[in-house]
Amino acid sequence: MKAALMLPLVLLTGFAGIWHLQLNIDAQQAALHQDRDDLLLTSPKLLKVLSLEYAPLLADVYWTRAVQYYGEKHAAHDNNLDSLWPLLNIATTLDPQLLPAYRFGAMFLSEAPPRGAGRPDFAVELIQRGTRENPDYWRFYEDLGFIYYFDVKDYAKASAAFAEGGSKPGAQVWMKVMAAKIAAEGESFETSAFLWRDIYQNTTDAEMKKNALAHLQLLIAQADCLRLDALADDYEKREGRRAANLNQLVQAGLLQGVPVDPANFIYVIGDDGKVQLNPASPLWEKQKLFDKLK
Amino acid sequence: MPGSASGPAIQTENLTKEYPYGFLHLKKKTSLEGLTLQVETGEVFGFLGPNGAGKSTTIKLLMGLIFPTRGHARLLGKPTTDVAMHRDIGYLPEQPYFYDYLTAAEVLDYFAKFFDFTAQERRERVQRMLQKVGLETAGKIQLRKYSKGMLQRVGLAQAILHDPPLVILDEPMSGLDPVGRREVRDIILELKRAGKTILFSTHILPDAEMLCDRVGVLVGGKLQGVGAPGDLVGIKAQEVEILFTLAPTAQAHAPKNDHAPLLAKAARIGERFRLQVKEEELYAALEQLRGASAKILSVSQIKPSLEEYFMHLVAADRAQAAAVEVSGK
Amino acid sequence: MTHIGAVALNTFREAVRDRVLYNLVFFALLMIGAAILVGQISIGIEQIVIVSLGLSAISFIGLLMAVFIGVGLVSKEMDKRTIYALLAKPVRRWEFLVGKFAGLVFTLLVNTAAMSAGLFFALAYVKHGLQSADAGVLVAVYFILLKLAIVVALALLFSCSTTSLLAILYCAGLYLAGSFVQQMRTLRTDLMGNATATFMRWLSYLLPNFENFSVTGPVAHGRAIPGALILQNTLYAVVYCTVILAVAAAVFSRRNLK
Repeated sequence: MKAALMLPLVLLTGFAGIWHLQLNIDAQQAALHQDRDDLLLTSPKLLKVLSLEYAPLLADVYWTRAVQYYGEKHAAHDNNLDSLWPLLNIATTLDPQLLPAYRFGAMFLSEAPPRGAGRPDFAVELIQRGTRENPDYWRFYEDLGFIYYFDVKDYAKASAAFAEGGSKPGAQVWMKVMAAKIAAEGESFETSAFLWRDIYQNTTDAEMKKNALAHLQLLIAQADCLRLDALADDYEKREGRRAANLNQLVQAGLLQGVPVDPANFIYVIGDDGKVQLNPASPLWEKQKLFDKLK
Repeated sequence: MPGSASGPAIQTENLTKEYPYGFLHLKKKTSLEGLTLQVETGEVFGFLGPNGAGKSTTIKLLMGLIFPTRGHARLLGKPTTDVAMHRDIGYLPEQPYFYDYLTAAEVLDYFAKFFDFTAQERRERVQRMLQKVGLETAGKIQLRKYSKGMLQRVGLAQAILHDPPLVILDEPMSGLDPVGRREVRDIILELKRAGKTILFSTHILPDAEMLCDRVGVLVGGKLQGVGAPGDLVGIKAQEVEILFTLAPTAQAHAPKNDHAPLLAKAARIGERFRLQVKEEELYAALEQLRGASAKILSVSQIKPSLEEYFMHLVAADRAQAAAVEVSGK
Repeated sequence: MTHIGAVALNTFREAVRDRVLYNLVFFALLMIGAAILVGQISIGIEQIVIVSLGLSAISFIGLLMAVFIGVGLVSKEMDKRTIYALLAKPVRRWEFLVGKFAGLVFTLLVNTAAMSAGLFFALAYVKHGLQSADAGVLVAVYFILLKLAIVVALALLFSCSTTSLLAILYCAGLYLAGSFVQQMRTLRTDLMGNATATFMRWLSYLLPNFENFSVTGPVAHGRAIPGALILQNTLYAVVYCTVILAVAAAVFSRRNLK
C-alpha cells in the first residue's frame, strides 16, 4: 500500500518543486542575459569558413534566430535590438541568396525604435549586398528606395533607387512612375500609401505585414485628419467658433456622416480644436509611439 | 537430514507463470502451471526435465527475477519479494555470464561487497573460493578470456561465497567436462555434508540419481512426479543379467542345445556372453550354464532407470500436446 | 561500502576499462589546435573563442557519453545476463539503479574535470595568464555537469524500459525538446487556442529545461554568475533527477527479466 502511494507522491511534489524552481531560474537567466545579447562568434567570414558545406543550413539557423529575437524583444517591450544586425549579417553572409532575410532586415533595421533598430545605414549595407549577390531581384531596389524615402529622407537617392529597380527584368511599371514622382514631389501621401500597400500585399512575413498595415492605417488616419481639419476650418469661418465635435459639422451640412478611422472608430476633435484620432481607437496608442519619434 | 523443525527451505503453492504473446498480447504461453512443492532443509533436491520444461522459470521465480502470474513461493520462510533474504541464498544462473572486463577475483570481490564482510574477510573468502573451484591460478585473468567451463566454476564460486544455508543451482554441470562434473558433484556432496539445502536443476539423469535425496520431474510446465529416485521408477518385474564365458571347446557348439533353450538368447560380446533373463528364470539359466560348463563372471539385477521413467513421461506429454494441437485446429 | 557505492564503483570501473576515457585525448588535441590557431588570428576574441569552443566540446562529448553509455546501463546487463547473479544478492533493484546512475555521473565528473583542466590550460596560454573572472568558466562547467546528470537519469529510465536504439532516439528527442523549451513560452500564444496554449505552457514547465544551464555567453565575456542561479540550478537538477529515478525504479521493480 505504502509503496503504491509513494510514486505519485514523489511525482507530484517533484513537479511542483520543478515548476517553482523554473520560475526563479527564468528570472535569474533573464537578468543575466539582459544587458547584452551575446553572439558568440560574430565574425561572418570566420563562420563561413567554419561551417563548410553546411553554410546554408547555418544561415537558416541564424535567420530563424533573427526572427525569434525580434519577436522576443517585441513581446518583452524591449527596445534594444542591437543583435539584429549581426544576426542578419551572418545569415546573409552564409547564404547570400537568403532573400527573406534581406527584406526583413531592410524594414526592421532601418525603422526607428521601438519598431526597428533605427540603423538605416546597416539596412542600406544589407540591401546593397543583396543587390550585388542577386542582381536580378528588382524588389531589393524597392526596399532600398523605401529606406531612403521613409527613414533617411534622401529623396534624390530614393528616386535613383526606384529608377534603377524599374529597369530590371520583371520589375513592375510603377517603379519608374514612383521614381519620377519622388524626384518631383519628395514625400507625399500617395507615394507613402502606395509603398506601404505594396509591401502589405506582397510580403508573406507576418511581422512585416503587421507593420505595413499599422503604417498604412496611420497614414490614412493622418490624411483624414488633415482633410477634416480643413472642413473644421470652414465651419469656424461660417459659425464663428470652433466645432466641439464632428456631429456639428454633419449638422452644418459639411459632412454626410461622421467618418471612422481604419479601425472603425469615429474621429474626434481635440482640446486644441484639431481633428484627431479617438483615444479609444487602437490606432491612438500606435500614433503616440510614432509621435514620440518625431 | 530431511525434515526440520524450522519448516521447509523452499515452499511453493500453485506457482504459475504465463507469458502473453501475439497481437495485442491476447494469447498466453504457460511456462509453469500450478507448481506446489516443498524442499526440506538439508536435503538435496533435483529438478529434472527436458529443455523448456520450466525448470529455469521456476528457479527464476524463486529468486525474484521474474514474477508469478498466480501462486506464491517462500524461501526460508520468507516471501520471494524479500530481497534481504538473499543473504542466505546462493544462486548459480544457467549459462552464467559475468562482467568480462573483470577478473575472477574482482567479480567475486564485487559480489562479496553486498554482504556484510570486512575487506579482510572478503579477501580471504575470495581466495578460498578460487581455490575450491580450481581457479586460483586464473584469478587475475579477465573473464573475457575464460572458457565456458571456467565461467561455470566462477558461477559456482559466487554462489557459495557467502556460505549460504540454501543453494540454488541452475544446470550446474552444463559445459563441464567429466573432470569438471566430478568436481562439482564433490562440492555438492560437501555442501550436503555441511547441512546445506541444495536445489539444482539438470537434465543429466545419472547425476541426479547419484546426488539427490529427492527429485521432482517437470515436463511441459507441470510437475509430473516427486520422490526419491528409487521410489519414482516404481517396482517393475526385475530382470537379471548374467555374464559368462565358455570353454573354447564348448564355444564351438555354441549355445544351440535343446537342453539349454535359455542360453540361446545369449549375446556375444567379444570373449564374453551376456544373457538377460527374468528373475524367476535365474536358477534355471544357471543350471543350463553349469551344464554347458560356462564360467560365470557376474550376476546382477537390472534396475529400471530413471531415464526410462523420464522418457516415458516425456513421450506422454508430447502425445498429449499433439492431441491438444490437433483438437484445437 | 554501501550497495549503491559498490554498483557505482563497478560502473565507473567498466567505463574506464572500456577505454571510454580516451575521448580526453581527442579533446586535448582539439584544445591545443584551437589555442594555436586562435593565437595566430588574434583579434581580441581569443577568450571568447577558446571558452565557447571548449564549453561546447565539453558539453557535446559529455552528451555523447551520457546518452550512449546511459542507455546501456541496464539494458546491457539484461542482454548479457550479468544482472541475474547480481540481483540474486541482497541488493534492492532501486539500489542497483541509483548505483548505476551515480557511477556514470561520477565518470562524467572525472571526464569533465579533466577537460576543464585542459580548457584552463588553453585559456591561460592564449591570454598569457588567468584572472579571477575566469572562475566563471568553472561555473559553466558545473552547469554542464548538472545538465548531463539529468540526461543520464533519462537515459537510465529508457534503458530499463526499452531497446537501446529507441532509448537513444528518445533521449536525443528529449534533449532537443528541452533545449527549445524557452521558445515554447515566447510562442505567440495569442495565435493559438486556449487549450493549446495551456498545454504548451504546462509542457514547457514539465519538460527538462536545458537552457537553464546555458551560460556560455556571459561566461565567455567574463561576467560573473549569481550565486542564486547556481543554487537554483543545483536544486532543479537534484529534484528532476529524483523524479526520473523514482519513475525508473517503479518501472524496473515490476520488470520480468528475460
